[in-house]
Amino acid sequence: MEASVKSREGTAVTEQAAGTGADLLIRSLKNEGVDIIFGYPGGAVLPIYDALYRNPIRHILARHEQGAIHAAEGYARVTGRPGVVIATSGPGATNLVTGIADAMLDSLPLVVFTGQVAQQVIGTDAFQEADVIGITQPITKHNYQVKDARDLPRIVKEAFHIASTGRPGPVVVDIPKNISVAGLEADIPHPVEVDLPGYQPTYQPNFFQIQKAAQSLAAAKRPLILAGAGVLAAKGTEELRRLIEEWRIPVTNTLLGLGTIPGEHELFLGMAGMHGTYAANHAIQECDVLLNVGARFDDRLTGKLAGFAPNAKVIHIDIDPAEIGKNVPTDIPIVGDARQALEALLRQDAGKPDTEEWIARLDDWKETRPLGYTAATADGIMPQDAVRLVHKYTEGDAIVTTDVGQHQMFAAQYYSLNNAHHWVTSGGLGTMGFGFPAAIGAQFARPDAKVVSIVGDAGFQMTLQELSLLQEFRLPVKIVIVNNASLGMVRQWQETFHGERYSSSLIPIQPDFVKLAEAYEVKGYKVETLSRAEEVFREALASDGPALIDCRVLETENVYPMVAPGKTLSEMIGVMER
Amino acid sequence: MKRIITTTVINQSGVLNRVTGLLMKRQFNIESITVGHTEQPGMSKMTFVVHVEDPGKVEQLLKQLQKQIDVIKANDITDKSAVMRELALVKVTTPPQVRSEVQSIVQPFRASVIDMSKNVTTFQVTGDPEKIEAFIDLMRPYGIKEISRTGVTAFTRETQRTEMKPDLILQ
Repeated sequence: MEASVKSREGTAVTEQAAGTGADLLIRSLKNEGVDIIFGYPGGAVLPIYDALYRNPIRHILARHEQGAIHAAEGYARVTGRPGVVIATSGPGATNLVTGIADAMLDSLPLVVFTGQVAQQVIGTDAFQEADVIGITQPITKHNYQVKDARDLPRIVKEAFHIASTGRPGPVVVDIPKNISVAGLEADIPHPVEVDLPGYQPTYQPNFFQIQKAAQSLAAAKRPLILAGAGVLAAKGTEELRRLIEEWRIPVTNTLLGLGTIPGEHELFLGMAGMHGTYAANHAIQECDVLLNVGARFDDRLTGKLAGFAPNAKVIHIDIDPAEIGKNVPTDIPIVGDARQALEALLRQDAGKPDTEEWIARLDDWKETRPLGYTAATADGIMPQDAVRLVHKYTEGDAIVTTDVGQHQMFAAQYYSLNNAHHWVTSGGLGTMGFGFPAAIGAQFARPDAKVVSIVGDAGFQMTLQELSLLQEFRLPVKIVIVNNASLGMVRQWQETFHGERYSSSLIPIQPDFVKLAEAYEVKGYKVETLSRAEEVFREALASDGPALIDCRVLETENVYPMVAPGKTLSEMIGVMER
Repeated sequence: MKRIITTTVINQSGVLNRVTGLLMKRQFNIESITVGHTEQPGMSKMTFVVHVEDPGKVEQLLKQLQKQIDVIKANDITDKSAVMRELALVKVTTPPQVRSEVQSIVQPFRASVIDMSKNVTTFQVTGDPEKIEAFIDLMRPYGIKEISRTGVTAFTRETQRTEMKPDLILQ
């Protein structure tokens, strides 16, 4: 009985000279240079974990698959290399779905391995069976189900290639259990090259388009650069800075593009979009040439499309041709790698625009309509203060991760980044619970960096089980909970657009976060006054070990300025005037 | 407006799902779809007809299709000179008194009889979709019991018309 069950499920391990499919998988991962895996074992991946035991690659056992994949995203965001995840079939795989979708929307390279029930029982609703290929097909750059163990080296090679080239994205490789246990008579060499006739991303921009772009910029009176995460993916921040400084063109960022240019740079206008600065949004509306490098004109950036950048000739550099013209009509499309396109622009000698008058006007906006907030009364803490204090005691050098919502926008507005690849946030999907595990992945990738996770009280509670990893590895991640005892952004929208009916958004009942931290041997702090906050932030952020600050802030504060949904970027509310 | 899109794809399991899933995700309505092998081993060709109002959306669709790893090429051949064929099986009520009348109508369409019983005849008709529509319209008064259509398959002619439609030049 036992033997027949085993053969039906195909789990009997066959001893062969070249080991099993799982052994081949691990060898392939090593050939791809993988040195860390975030994962969680289970029935269908037992053979893979067995192979890992025999031939180890550093494996970080998260406490939930979602924690594992967000950590892998954090790792990918700060290194640019694919984050690697392993989870079992069925629930293991479905727990990854949020992270896969998040990585897809934010163009993060991931290679995700999921176990699958044995091929003989696929389609029979076997124990822990889920159609992972069907489920992940619309949220991956590509996915594979391995049909033959001997294909593993090729598929692994292709998966890493697809994930990390062109516009990066997640690739799922679904491995049935009988493939992992299949015995191999001979080793299969790791392929040197990939053969993907349907996948040939364009890196080199078209020369004539570059020429046209350079001419348009040179002739512009009010040029503006919008830099997105494509610049970071292409490692083109140096070229961007040169273009900005040598051609004297002011620059704004998308949320994900923050860090492409230092926050304190004189030509930087701050982030644009729904909660962007007055100067950035009005610069978009008034510019005569808009050079978009590596951004996708997301709706949170553009506001109402019909009134977006009404005076601008639009130049759009993107490695993904499908992004060009998708939302905003483009005058000069340039398909290619952001760094190569910027380099090509810098080589042009069409002249440079005279922008001093334009810059003076923008400087005036920056001066007279800055970001700002009213200090709390009676020594209370504003959410912006929490971000300001993190900035003060990390001097703008930390890797900052966030969830989604008010604290995210405050972090984007007030944490002025000195460095590229130091900003880890969930932009496109807007995933609560992303920030903290992403900080763990970032810390593994950059063990010596100061990593601060700025999170909300609600989002943190979605993935706080990963505190175990701080305990286990003594990771010096600093968690700053901007605690307003509510779903801040939901509450803000209910206040503004739903007649102050706070439906399921106020959560006064909370755990004692300090005790919670202590339960995981993490130093916990709770602060309720600004005077004490100075002291706590200084101490906690300077400490060598992990720390959690439960920072109680004014619960009713809203994120401003704001462009209400359906409005153009010129129609901002809550602008501070000085 | 109806657009005829052809794609050459690598014949891997799930590729049909990928393409139709993409159309669903981007809210395109498929009127018909045909898939089959090509002259190259391992390659398949899909032809589908979609309804799109905005020309910008067609461009977006082609780009999204092109982005799929398994899609080698995607083309909108609506405005090209192309050969287009569809096959339909039409089951018509044909009692003896109308049989010869129906036969005479069928002849110009070069439809063939592929099954016949006492009161019912099944015709096979091949041609472009308009021809098939016309055939069905003419049969309708006699009583159609069942229709099964394959959907359009198509490719461009070897020689394209030299004069192009103005809207094509704009593209």
